[in-house]
Amino acid sequence: MAFNRRKFMIRNASWMLIVVLLLLWEILCVGLEVPEYLFPAPTAVWSAGIDRWEPIMMHAWQTFFTTLVGFAIAVVVGVVLGIAVGTYPIVYKALYPLLVGFNSIPKVAFVPVLVVWFGIGTVPAILTAFLISFFPVLVNVATGLATLEPELEDVMRSLGASKLDILRKVGLPRALPYFFASLKVAITLAFVGSVISETVASNMGIGYLMMAASSSMDMALVFAGLIVIGVMGVVMYELFAWMEKRFTRWANRGSNSVAV
Amino acid sequence: MEFVTFEKVSLAYEEGGPLAIRDVSLSVRKNEFIAVVGPSGCGKSTLMKLVSGLSNPTSGYVYLNGREISGPQKCIGMAFQASNLLPWRTTLQNVMLPLEIVQPYRSQMRKKRKEFEEMARALIARVGLAGWEDKYPWELSGGMQQRASICRALIHKPELLMLDEPFGALDAFTREELWCMLQDLWREQPFTVVLVTHDLREAVFLADTVYVMSKGPGEILVRREVDLPRPRTLEDTYTEGFASQVHVLRDHIGAIRKH
Repeated sequence: MAFNRRKFMIRNASWMLIVVLLLLWEILCVGLEVPEYLFPAPTAVWSAGIDRWEPIMMHAWQTFFTTLVGFAIAVVVGVVLGIAVGTYPIVYKALYPLLVGFNSIPKVAFVPVLVVWFGIGTVPAILTAFLISFFPVLVNVATGLATLEPELEDVMRSLGASKLDILRKVGLPRALPYFFASLKVAITLAFVGSVISETVASNMGIGYLMMAASSSMDMALVFAGLIVIGVMGVVMYELFAWMEKRFTRWANRGSNSVAV
Repeated sequence: MEFVTFEKVSLAYEEGGPLAIRDVSLSVRKNEFIAVVGPSGCGKSTLMKLVSGLSNPTSGYVYLNGREISGPQKCIGMAFQASNLLPWRTTLQNVMLPLEIVQPYRSQMRKKRKEFEEMARALIARVGLAGWEDKYPWELSGGMQQRASICRALIHKPELLMLDEPFGALDAFTREELWCMLQDLWREQPFTVVLVTHDLREAVFLADTVYVMSKGPGEILVRREVDLPRPRTLEDTYTEGFASQVHVLRDHIGAIRKH
């Protein structure tokens, strides 16, 4: 019996933690009589969410859409550049320092530039989501390709395989687990990018909604927005985690006994 | 007829750097089984890279089938100490990999897929892996992986099979089993074999000719023909004739190590 309870606890640990935190939050807010314009209790956030369901959903879709478009561009660019960097040492030498430098720049610094070029709204949000999320895809694809076992390459070359053959038959399949792992990181980053851009320069999206709400001291709505972003992030993350499991089962076999 | 010929071949991996092998001359007849033994770091693997055209000699010439080697050769089978099977492919798919690359199989793949699959299944059964065709590499034991790896090296019927310590990571029983398997395959359908090993018993059991190499830079010190009758059985490895062959090689290696 004790064993089963243990299993149950482990399986539902994340839900239980959320419930406990919400309860603590509620107790703190109610017990210390924190004013709602500073830190609203979960019940207040919930009712704000219900009251303003339609505008929240509209802005959420906007954010979701910009994030996915930016993310899709990031995946394409990341894969193409990743293949180039992972396959050709010259590209690696030339491009890598530049990319690392670029990645160290806070992407929020780009938003004003993008606004000057494209105006406020959807386009800068998409581009910010793209800029912030393509790097992990690139690095992972490149790593997957560059860590190919030299012996395996010898086997392929001794069969007369061309560089393209090696890439198609060995390099890309082998890089697939790295790729899927990067998608999980990239999608959450893409949300960060689009919301940042929306808070700075947009009149649409959850980021804008939160800015507008906070300037009118509507903290319950701000928190509702935060939670909506969090939920979208978790859902997308889980989707890619599922895809990773589904498509690269061979890499998650739970034993390292094989000499790859 | 000479199939592989080395003429005073030296190789340094870096220009002006230390030589990995020096002045190696040897020749392998068609369908001969040779073994190269020596202490670790004697450039045995370098020898393999030269034959397969993956490295070019710094000086000297390497000929394959009468032509000088330049660039990677087609139609060579290779197997290493690590099986290097692709974990996302089943045993059957792994074994069929060369057919997707080497001509003329490559262009016939679409039309003759069934036929090629039968060919692969037959070879897999031949090495004792029947029933494991649709398993993934990590579901196979080390010995089975190595069997599959040798299947992959042979499926496209190469004229030259290169083996780089293929049984080095296996336990003694499995290793001896695979010796017999390899000998049977070779006797049924002869091909030229270059086996790199540091197991002297393995070299004597399998090879027609054994070359002993010295420590870096690798040079060929001794060429020794093993005139034991074939097929050789595991029983034979306990006879005096076999033991004395091993012993002679052992003395040569011992002499190298003293220097």
